Amino acid sequence: MVSAWPASADTLEARVTACLACHGENGQSALPEVPSLGAQPAFYLLIQLFMFREKMRVVDVMNRMTQELSDNDLRGLADTIAKLPSPPPAGGPVDPARMERARALIEQHRCNFCHKRDYSGEESVPRLAGQREDYLVKALREYKDNSRRAYDASMADVLYLLTDGQILDLAYFLARVR
Amino acid sequence: MITRSSTLQGLVLPGILAGLLVVLPAFAQQAGGQPPAQPAAPPSAANPEAAKPMPSLQPQPTTVPGRPDIPNAEVNTMLRSIAPPPIPTPEDKLPIPQLKLPRGFKIEVFASGIANARTLRLGDKGTVFVSNRLLDKVYAIVDRNGRRETKVIASGLDRPNGLAFHKGTLYIAEGTRISKLERIEDSLADPPKPVVVYDDLPNHQSHGWRYIGIGPDEKLYINVGAPCNICEPPATNAQIRRLNLDGSGAEIYARGIRNSVGFDWHPVTKQFYFTEHGRDWLSEDLPEDELNRVTKPGQHFGFPYCHQGTFTDREMGWGRSCDEFEKPVALMGPHSAVLGMRFYTGKMFPSQYTNAIFIARHGSWNRTKKIGGDVVVVKLNKDGSVRSQEPFLTGFIQNNQYIGRPVDLQVMKDGSMLISDDYAGAVYRVTYPGGKIAKP
Repeated sequence: MVSAWPASADTLEARVTACLACHGENGQSALPEVPSLGAQPAFYLLIQLFMFREKMRVVDVMNRMTQELSDNDLRGLADTIAKLPSPPPAGGPVDPARMERARALIEQHRCNFCHKRDYSGEESVPRLAGQREDYLVKALREYKDNSRRAYDASMADVLYLLTDGQILDLAYFLARVR
Repeated sequence: MITRSSTLQGLVLPGILAGLLVVLPAFAQQAGGQPPAQPAAPPSAANPEAAKPMPSLQPQPTTVPGRPDIPNAEVNTMLRSIAPPPIPTPEDKLPIPQLKLPRGFKIEVFASGIANARTLRLGDKGTVFVSNRLLDKVYAIVDRNGRRETKVIASGLDRPNGLAFHKGTLYIAEGTRISKLERIEDSLADPPKPVVVYDDLPNHQSHGWRYIGIGPDEKLYINVGAPCNICEPPATNAQIRRLNLDGSGAEIYARGIRNSVGFDWHPVTKQFYFTEHGRDWLSEDLPEDELNRVTKPGQHFGFPYCHQGTFTDREMGWGRSCDEFEKPVALMGPHSAVLGMRFYTGKMFPSQYTNAIFIARHGSWNRTKKIGGDVVVVKLNKDGSVRSQEPFLTGFIQNNQYIGRPVDLQVMKDGSMLISDDYAGAVYRVTYPGGKIAKP
């Protein structure tokens, strides 16, 4: 495998710059199905980077980006990216009925226990507030069909019970929640 | 009997989901039997269009109306699941100074730097095998001229939690298959690729990792947990199966088991004992995890209808009675997460421990005040019933937080005992210096 880094990316700063080429200025992604990373908890970022390096999560570009990084490199990236500002909620008109349906689901499945009441995440649990809607849909569908390997089984417990329509409502809500 | 089918890899999950659609209304009740609480939603000035229904980040009521079992906002983040670091704790930071044992026992680091160290097994030639659950590796710890070395013997595996060693062969159970490495101790430097012996297993993340062991009948036993916290499980799940070592002849050995990640056979009676986790999200104190004993193949241990042998489930238990099911031989604490268990057959520890069961309690997550995070000793009466239960190794919980979490145990030939820790990524060794000490 060829390294995915630019030849100059040998410092932490240069690496973060390379990350944000896809994940967006300030960690706010403008690319379809590429997640925003701003204000993600550092421990969550470290776990994901580790899983990419060990190919437990298979995403070709991420596997290549991480393959030569040491544990300390991963820690440095996670700590730095976690300090980027949180992405703002999606703008535009809001469908109140969908927001209401999603809120009922969140109460039922206790999403806000782990992801916190403001959906900012904590420790190993990712921030959801302001995440790209298309990425949330993709991630939830992948948890549901077992194609995305989770670090632990918490999401599988919940997704086992959710329909695709409910996944769409949840993603809609989380991308817009204020 | 389990119907064997070689096509199941891709088909089991859709099968489960199809089954789910049928039972969904039943357990949609689980947490949503009533409309969820509606926190007061003040108008959002920033977005007038969404003024009324915008979700509120204001403090919510301290209890959920009509559902006192659902915790209030003040404690809810204390109930989230706990993920171990993917990078192991450095040896000099391991929690040895905080750990406590009965008088006369000692604990030391046996091996460090093994992230997510799970199941322990001992080879005939003294190799210690260590598995992963969240990560993808199996390790071998070998003694090379007095120096202990750890090496990866298999990687890229799918939740390879289950290990068993029998007559030179290491069996590895991943999420959806069991494979074997023959004569592994002769080829540790250049291990062969695992050969699959059995793959008729459903693919599910929830309780989707396996525990295996080989019984006195030379059959391989494997747990297939429930694919949920609480639900009517598919016919393929919530059971322990046994099969021949070549993968043939699979049958259900015991049923109604939510998830078991530890079992062993009594050294004298040869009876099968297993640990089992109770359901989550019912309450701080109920139900307790269980220690069970199989006295006859095919017995049903109650899941999802009856918990801890004493009460029926809030949703699944209507019309059922706990009298229909086998009762546990011991209750092991609510949410305490009983995992590995081994009968002590060594000669090093004092005789009161002979044939007692040592059980690793991984420790609770779904409880605000953490319990477990220790190793307990269960002593049995002659008839195999439980006489007593007492703490053995404690100290993994400090200030209601984990500094390590014990998973599995292995009695060594010299009578010492190894204990794995998947949080700190280490294996410890417990000795009794007052006892007779042979060279390992």
